[in-house]
Amino acid sequence: MHTTLAWIDYLIMVIYFAFVLGIGFALKRYMKTSADFFLSGRSIPAWVAGLAFISANLGAQEVIGMAASGAKYGLATSHLYWLGAIPAMAFVGIFMMPFYYGSRARSVPEYLRLRFDEKTRGLNAIAFALMTVMSSGISMYAMALLIENLHIFDSLMQSLGLPMSWIFHLSIVVAAIITLGYVYLGGLTSAIYNEVLQFFLIVAGFFPLVLLGLKNVGGWDGLVQKVPNGFTHVWQGMTSAETSPLGVEVFGLAMGLGFVLSFGYWCTDFLVVQRAMAADSMSAARRTPLIAAVPKMIFPFLVILPGLIAVSLPTPTAVEGTTVSKAEAMGKGIIPAKLDASGEVKLDTDGKPVLDYDRAIPNMLLHYLPTGMLGLGLTALLASFMSGMAGNITAFNTVWTFDIYQAYIKPQASDKHYLWMGHFATLFGTLVSIAAAYVATSFNNIMDLLQLVFACVNAPLLATFLLGMFWKRATANGAFYGLLAGITAAAIHHGVSLPQGSTAGVKGGWISYLWSGVPITSYRNEMAQNFWAAIYAWTVCFVVTIVVSFFTKPHREEDLTGLVYSLTPRIVEHNVVWYKKPEAFGVVVVLAAIALNVIFR
Amino acid sequence: MNLDIRVPIGLLFLSLGALITGFGVVTHFTNPELYARSLDINVNIWWGLVMLAFGAAMFYYGRRATMRTAQAPSQAP
Repeated sequence: MHTTLAWIDYLIMVIYFAFVLGIGFALKRYMKTSADFFLSGRSIPAWVAGLAFISANLGAQEVIGMAASGAKYGLATSHLYWLGAIPAMAFVGIFMMPFYYGSRARSVPEYLRLRFDEKTRGLNAIAFALMTVMSSGISMYAMALLIENLHIFDSLMQSLGLPMSWIFHLSIVVAAIITLGYVYLGGLTSAIYNEVLQFFLIVAGFFPLVLLGLKNVGGWDGLVQKVPNGFTHVWQGMTSAETSPLGVEVFGLAMGLGFVLSFGYWCTDFLVVQRAMAADSMSAARRTPLIAAVPKMIFPFLVILPGLIAVSLPTPTAVEGTTVSKAEAMGKGIIPAKLDASGEVKLDTDGKPVLDYDRAIPNMLLHYLPTGMLGLGLTALLASFMSGMAGNITAFNTVWTFDIYQAYIKPQASDKHYLWMGHFATLFGTLVSIAAAYVATSFNNIMDLLQLVFACVNAPLLATFLLGMFWKRATANGAFYGLLAGITAAAIHHGVSLPQGSTAGVKGGWISYLWSGVPITSYRNEMAQNFWAAIYAWTVCFVVTIVVSFFTKPHREEDLTGLVYSLTPRIVEHNVVWYKKPEAFGVVVVLAAIALNVIFR
Repeated sequence: MNLDIRVPIGLLFLSLGALITGFGVVTHFTNPELYARSLDINVNIWWGLVMLAFGAAMFYYGRRATMRTAQAPSQAP
């Protein structure tokens, strides 16, 4: 499926680039203090912060990955939304935001310093900074690879007289320069404003795709008939790991995804929490994740459904006058098979072709959208890449400047100096991301590595936060050694377990490999391994923190006011409509998510 | 911050909507086979109009809010 773009498609992209940079320029004059640059001067309205909250997370991996997962596993992918996001988003808004926002901490690691001590903050800040630049680099790599494989810019490169191999490099450089440009100029405000703009653009680009696709396959009923059995259900076969489409049974799913990984991400990851911290009031900060939960709940229909539609379409066969490539003919629906280095279709151990599920969304765009709308769809795809990357960059420059540079390198400098450092950190954060993108090209297991780092960092951190915010007896040493133990537990679990069909190494099993070559535990797939790693890491951190806390001296209670639940006055809001009350709004959001699970069970 | 985000969003959707609708109207007469892949629906016209309407609403409310803040002097000294 090769398509060339017309002038109008390019023009749409150029207009979009002009607007995102224009927002950066328009905001430049407001960036006078470090608080303006890193915290948007705490002046963002709730709905803007809420849409940015969702959009910063809607990066490359999400748009491409969720459609891919929808094509591979069906609607069960919605677990990542309805179970893996909504409850955690309601929890962070109602219960945790009062401490994040109320403590006036400028970042998540800074809250750890206020509640515990310097070493706990340092451990978290360094781990987080590394994780963010790495994931921003990987998303750049994924984007460039996709653009290269789509061949949409081939004719442009030809007419410019540039070699085809430059598409990859140009994609990375152009996306990086534009994102760097608007973050450098307008700081967090610029990132947030652009995330809101990108949010609407993503919806505008993908929504007509879903409408056309559904109409084509005969509506929802037509889709149900055309996809494999069970693909349109969320809970079918979930009782055991053998029959579950995701390879994880109910307990692993609820505990690993629904609790540890999801709460670990939405409640402690500074990338999203930063958006709420920039809100203009406590009430707005608490409502930020709840407002975000509303579109998040509907996103499966926008990003997972195209994947299902893609497999439900007839596989292209050569009819008179047309040719169909080997990859397309061996594919499923409009998802092609993967080719190996020699140009042959890759086969798995059962002799079936390996499908390139990541092509679901881009192929849907090329399949349905005519010139004009195609430019809009591709711009939406680019927008999703850029909003995810900007989220990483702003989280990185803040943690670097406040929690590493100000904490350990240059503590007593002027505000102007830290503002300068913020600009500088934006620049070198982007450069390190580009470097990470190129590391990813030669080391293709980096994605697995990131998943591992994520389970090692975020899962135990959740235990630290829950104990820190809701148990006043938790001590600094308890938190620090609990975190270390949790990280170690995740690493050991990884060393003794292996997903089926993988060899020992980056995918796990390296400890048992040294012993006997046989992993102690084997999981059906990487997702199951990942969920269980998170469960073990969380439990170990939780237990060790409690035990060590009992053996160490407690904090003085007056030092913990505003940081711990039992020592902080409740916030009561009178005379406001229900949707302005976080508790009421939160209950509605959770009930709606439960209703969706029941409808699509 | 004096920039209401609804203004640039409105302007972006107005310009893209106008561009796509205009292109849709022209190709409707000159190149109708373009729409074979979109089930013979001229999505450029229809979705372009939706974008125009959304852009207009965003721009209107954004401008109105900006005017109000400009009229009422802010409390900050």
